[in-house]
Amino acid sequence: MKLLVKGGKIIDPANNFSKAADILVVGGKISAVGQNLCADGAEIIDAQGKLVCPGFIDMHVHLREPGLEAKETIASGTRAAARGGFTGVACMPNTKPVVDSQALVEFIKSRAAAQGVVNVYPIGAITKGSAGGELAEIGDMKLAGAVAVSDDGHPVTNSQVMRLAMEYTKMFDLPVISHCEDLDLVADGVMNEGYYSTVYGLKGISRAAEEVMVARDIMLAELTGARLHIAHISTAGSVELVRMAKKKGLKVSAEATPHHFALTDEVVGSYDTSTKVNPPLRGTDDVKAVKEGLRDGTIDVIATDHAPHAVEEKDVEYNYAPFGIVGLETAVGLAFRELVNPGILSIEELVRKMSCSPARILGLNKGHLGVGADADITLIDPDRQEIIDVNKFASKGKNSPFGGWKLTGLPVATIVGGRVVMRDRELVL
Amino acid sequence: MGLNRKDLLGVKDLTVDEIRLILETAGPMKDIIGRQIKKVPTLRGKTVINLFYEPSTRTRTSFELAGKYMSADTINISTSTSSVVKGETLKDTAKTLEVMGADVVVIRHAAAGAPHILSKHLSAAVINAGDGFHEHPTQALLDMFTIKEKKGSISGLKVAIVGDILHSRVARSNIWGLTKMGAEVRVVGPSTLIPPEVEKLGVTTFTSLEEGLRDTDVIMVLRIQLERQQKGLFPTIREYARHYGVTAERVRLARPDALVMHPGPINRGVEIAPEVADGIQAVINEQVTNGVAVRMALLYLLAGGGNPHEAIS
Repeated sequence: MKLLVKGGKIIDPANNFSKAADILVVGGKISAVGQNLCADGAEIIDAQGKLVCPGFIDMHVHLREPGLEAKETIASGTRAAARGGFTGVACMPNTKPVVDSQALVEFIKSRAAAQGVVNVYPIGAITKGSAGGELAEIGDMKLAGAVAVSDDGHPVTNSQVMRLAMEYTKMFDLPVISHCEDLDLVADGVMNEGYYSTVYGLKGISRAAEEVMVARDIMLAELTGARLHIAHISTAGSVELVRMAKKKGLKVSAEATPHHFALTDEVVGSYDTSTKVNPPLRGTDDVKAVKEGLRDGTIDVIATDHAPHAVEEKDVEYNYAPFGIVGLETAVGLAFRELVNPGILSIEELVRKMSCSPARILGLNKGHLGVGADADITLIDPDRQEIIDVNKFASKGKNSPFGGWKLTGLPVATIVGGRVVMRDRELVL
Repeated sequence: MGLNRKDLLGVKDLTVDEIRLILETAGPMKDIIGRQIKKVPTLRGKTVINLFYEPSTRTRTSFELAGKYMSADTINISTSTSSVVKGETLKDTAKTLEVMGADVVVIRHAAAGAPHILSKHLSAAVINAGDGFHEHPTQALLDMFTIKEKKGSISGLKVAIVGDILHSRVARSNIWGLTKMGAEVRVVGPSTLIPPEVEKLGVTTFTSLEEGLRDTDVIMVLRIQLERQQKGLFPTIREYARHYGVTAERVRLARPDALVMHPGPINRGVEIAPEVADGIQAVINEQVTNGVAVRMALLYLLAGGGNPHEAIS
């Protein structure tokens, strides 16, 4: 099977290549990149006026399967990914049961192979059941295909356990992804602590609740020499801590979510539970700092923390709703709106943060478009406009605060291993 | 004329003119409460539902009486006896009340924003009778009515709100209302019970009760919930009472004609000394009476329409 992506502008920062060219795909691999390529019998994708990028990888996604299929499944979550321009997603292990064994990693791989439409990279738990006690069988999970470990959603409270996790994981060259949150400081907070928590009468979560854990984990990364990846960084203080860690030369990377650079805590005043997320939406200064961190390279990755919930779970009082925002189907548009269109990131830098860097951190041979590479390709139309309608999401989760937003700059085709799975904003299956 | 709004969700959204209208309407309502026969036909045929998700004596009774004095049919739903214990969501409860034809739904709820959810699903008027730490607008309105009645005007007065400001919806609603009406508002309490960035609401913060009370015209004492101590927000009830208890001696730091207010229920000997609660400057019982009058005014303005003077004559 041949596929010819014709007439687009190729953005391939890994190969330092940014110019108009065609890409020929044969047998799921890129077989040629060049001007005026032609191939008999190839399916042709007209990429005129489009940006042809290495497939985007969202390294922080909750697919909810096994056990929480009312929120999302591997089938629905990967469709959402395809619609959002992602050719691969790394899925967090906080399912039921928690992915803390080889068998569960294999379950996800096989389910993804059978029902998924994009690549799925399982992340294993750090501790058994993500309970924060004994280490999970990280070595076995690596052999089964886990790309990282994380107790996302259940931060490792015990510093000694985290230290041992880093020491142990280092042997397998896997990153430890840390959800940084001091649960005692969070207590029963539901939004950012500050002026708006005072006005809205909701219990606040201080910035320090995140920052003390970021600081701790950076110190443990320094102690152990492990690779530490800080998930969903949300405060100016956290950005500064990561900046200092990088200056010291530590193996620390970080990600930010679109909702943390697109929204502030002011929006919580609607008591719309789609704004309830962990870490919470922060203040204007934090948003500014996250954008600056993305600009200056402190923050390596844009990841969504796609956290779908069933409609009825979110359709309750603010205090009682679960935390989480779905992100797969709005991420690219929000990144254009907040980062590319205002000139904070060039398109090449955006591609690094949504493709090259997640591939590098997770140790995937992805994120580039050279000859011989896997034909995972994301096409973006920088002029394409759409008003976000959550009911059109392929995700089961409709918990997005971006419904009704007009976004410019959207993915228009998703190609996974040479197979077109999304075209012109619609799934092709 | 009525209020040009469907709901009363908070004082924050009220204009000065709206607050004035409510307080002015409450005056004649208070006269009704003093009559031999406390009944006017104003809201005959209207249904007022009190939907209380938290225990309450005075607010619920106050709304119920306010409705009854105006001939509305009032119904009380408390969570322990309702479908809530069967797991019904607030949204579904709202839809049920809607199709039963409620005209006004009064809601008390532990979660901030619950009245906003209700208002989205109900064409009936929604009155917030206290939501989490967010707002308790009718309490602030009855407090302002009481202050205005006693002092003639709110503008220019120095008001100290004392106690657990962090968890107090009464404090927030009063801060919005009193500052809108031109009062100078101070909040006084231990620093662990002062909300972040509260100064941006236009108030001054004091951690010393003595300094906070100096030269004030109104002392508004808040109830301290004993569970706050268990959460470590202050060391002991004893120490709280010693540092933040409003005693007769401390009341003397305020102006000689200062009012002492409390939204109730009071912890005697903790946030307020018994001799102060029962003293000549205390207006705690009048607050309760005025609460009925203010709630009558609100029910009338949101559900009744027409001229209040005509309505009650």
